[in-house]
Amino acid sequence: MSRLVDWLAGGLLITDGAWGTELQARGLDPGVAPDTWNLTHPERVEAVARAYVDAGSQVILTNTFRANAVAMEGDLEAINRAGVAISKRAAGAGALVFASIGPTGKMLMAGEIDEERVADAFAAQAAALAAAGADALLVETMSDIEEARLAVAAAKSTGLPVIVSFAFDSGKNRDRTMMGATPEAVATAMLKAGADAVGANCGVGVEYAAPVCRRLRAASGLPIWIKPNAGLPQMNGSAITYGTSAEFFASHYAALRDAGASFLGCCCGSTPAFIRALVSARSASS
Amino acid sequence: MPDLDNAKLREAVLGGDWKTAAAVTKAAIAEGVEPLAIVTGCLVPAMDEVGRLFECEEYFVPEMLLSARAMKASMDILRPLLAAAGTEPVGRVAIGTVKGDLHDIGKNLVGAMLEGGGFEVIDLGADVSAERFIEAITKSNANLVALSALLTVTMPAMKTIIEALRNAGVREKVKVMVGGAPVTQQYADSIGADGYGESAGAAVALARRLVAA
Repeated sequence: MSRLVDWLAGGLLITDGAWGTELQARGLDPGVAPDTWNLTHPERVEAVARAYVDAGSQVILTNTFRANAVAMEGDLEAINRAGVAISKRAAGAGALVFASIGPTGKMLMAGEIDEERVADAFAAQAAALAAAGADALLVETMSDIEEARLAVAAAKSTGLPVIVSFAFDSGKNRDRTMMGATPEAVATAMLKAGADAVGANCGVGVEYAAPVCRRLRAASGLPIWIKPNAGLPQMNGSAITYGTSAEFFASHYAALRDAGASFLGCCCGSTPAFIRALVSARSASS
Repeated sequence: MPDLDNAKLREAVLGGDWKTAAAVTKAAIAEGVEPLAIVTGCLVPAMDEVGRLFECEEYFVPEMLLSARAMKASMDILRPLLAAAGTEPVGRVAIGTVKGDLHDIGKNLVGAMLEGGGFEVIDLGADVSAERFIEAITKSNANLVALSALLTVTMPAMKTIIEALRNAGVREKVKVMVGGAPVTQQYADSIGADGYGESAGAAVALARRLVAA
């Protein structure tokens, strides 16, 4: 916790944007898990990380979102370690590296998988990410409180600061997770699980993020991590574009800061231009 | 069929109580109620109501899953009886998450809702190649193909699969429906899909419309 407080001493930190779409722009085949590129195309992964550092990201993530033993196969230890090493090379002394842990993609309550397998998968991933020198661990895009609890417990056992972020994309006001959890339920459960910060990422768009941010903050008292999508994907000819422009996204900067965001970045569909726009918005508002 | 049983089975499905759903189904069969009457008279309308509650956001995924499980407990008893009587399903759906995408939560929900809607569901799982969809059409006589993708990065595989169906000469034999978090009506139109479902509940109405067309 103390490390997290030190990092935030200078105010809100700007994080990074999307990786998957950036990797595709550099030739990643849609059928290939992006994480495998840490071993096969490390220089292209590093180019994405570097693009965010150059754009002004103070925190960058790692290309390890799917690299748990439930969600994918392969040499996961090597993929996770390489993911951290790549981001650390790109970050240098200019940015922190928070290592990404995504959901398993299986539902505990449907009996698709048992708790022990989920806990083991997260423990192995967290240990590899920590051993490779991540500054903190980010459990992200969660929708199930139970699964997140297992991931946070695994992440905490490394001794690193742990941030946990949920996707609020359901309900009329887009303030519920797919499993129906409210920001209050998430905040309370994650505070109890020992998370050092909570947050919201992905979802449907930046315009829904401020109320969720405010509610997470009020219910947890913790620093808040906010990383909304750049809207939903749209087809432009054969290319996929997102509905939100960098300028529109960044126009929410002050509202999100005032709602209590401590870490601010963007999720799916964003580019380094979104980070540059956030950096400008911060300069303009301070 | 006495109204009381009907109400009890409906309540069991809506409340996600699979034990009661199975018990009431068994009792109804023992009393001589037609299996098909249980499906069309009770299970289908009950799952329609689950879909409606999901649409209006009174139910979320956990409630829907429990209801689907209760419906399935009843269907597991009825399916062999329906097959023995030669009853044809409303349609045969080959469902899967597209190549490169391992997420099957949405796909499983849609599959469960379609089954509750009276469809025979051929679940091809996740990370499914075009070849396996083609096989389901040619060998298992599927007349509907349902494609799921959770990720923006895997969504383009939907287009590839539809093209492969066309190249294999089976595109005209089936209707193709698509869904998943990044998928929109506009995307569905742009890749030549026959329909797009915004949610698991909407998928059932769409599938019915497509097989009726």
